[in-house]
Amino acid sequence: MEILAIIGSFVSLIGAFFLLLAAIGIIRMPDTYNRMQTGTKATTLGSMLFFVGIGLAHPSWWTKLLILTVFIFLTNPLSSHVLARALHFIGKSPLVEPYSGPSVRDDLAFDEAQAVLAAEGSRQMEKGEAE
Amino acid sequence: MKGFLVRLKALLVLYAVWLALMAPLSTQDLAAGLGIVLVLVLLPLPGLSIYREISLAPKRILFFILYIGVLLIEICKSNIDVALRVVQPVIPIQPGIVKVSTRLTSRLGRWVLANSITLTPGTITVETKGGDLYIHWISVTADDVDSATKKIVNQFEKYLEVIFG
Repeated sequence: MEILAIIGSFVSLIGAFFLLLAAIGIIRMPDTYNRMQTGTKATTLGSMLFFVGIGLAHPSWWTKLLILTVFIFLTNPLSSHVLARALHFIGKSPLVEPYSGPSVRDDLAFDEAQAVLAAEGSRQMEKGEAE
Repeated sequence: MKGFLVRLKALLVLYAVWLALMAPLSTQDLAAGLGIVLVLVLLPLPGLSIYREISLAPKRILFFILYIGVLLIEICKSNIDVALRVVQPVIPIQPGIVKVSTRLTSRLGRWVLANSITLTPGTITVETKGGDLYIHWISVTADDVDSATKKIVNQFEKYLEVIFG
């Protein structure tokens, strides 16, 4: 019993360490997308380890902790997807200046620009036929 | 008859969640939970058609359990990867949005795939169009759609193909 509590404390400590790294990442990352990458994602492992640690220290709580974990796993990706999507559609480019390399690109903006061009082209075609 | 089965499944899931929340259990908790769940299930709501795609064949359940293990391992691996990037003096990132395509056809399968990709640190699903997913990747290391698909999607896809058909 005592040993389980100690192991649980260590697991919780590792979880807290990941949460700390996520907080550092929010300060250090250069743009909003990458802040989201660390801020919302490092917390998945962080909070999971935290719950596992608490579950080891208090074995009678494990069903509630399981439900909490499932809840985080269902809601966390949804909220970060919606944030990233909104960010992209207000026109924020994912490319960051000092980190840009040869393989860095934005496929979504490219495909959207092509769709706009195609729509423009077909509208002009219709116009030409009408005239 | 089909509607009855769907409602029975909903009742079992809701009651399981209630029991997990209320443990340790007393007789009063059991009775109150059953009452609430029955009222919820018997409400004449249409229900989401997407949940009808769930099938409970034993092979699919087995692959789902395997899939949870694979997902947890991937989350741990890429969490450590992102954590290592954060602490380096010059952050080694190459952010960009890449397009990947999936073979999955069921809506639920695509939903689980997109959410799994988002749960894995370093990749966020930004937009989906049919079978194409646009993914913000913290360090783009693939030149075209095929190699990006191989690196991000394939590890999940082979399990999801069995689970959701």
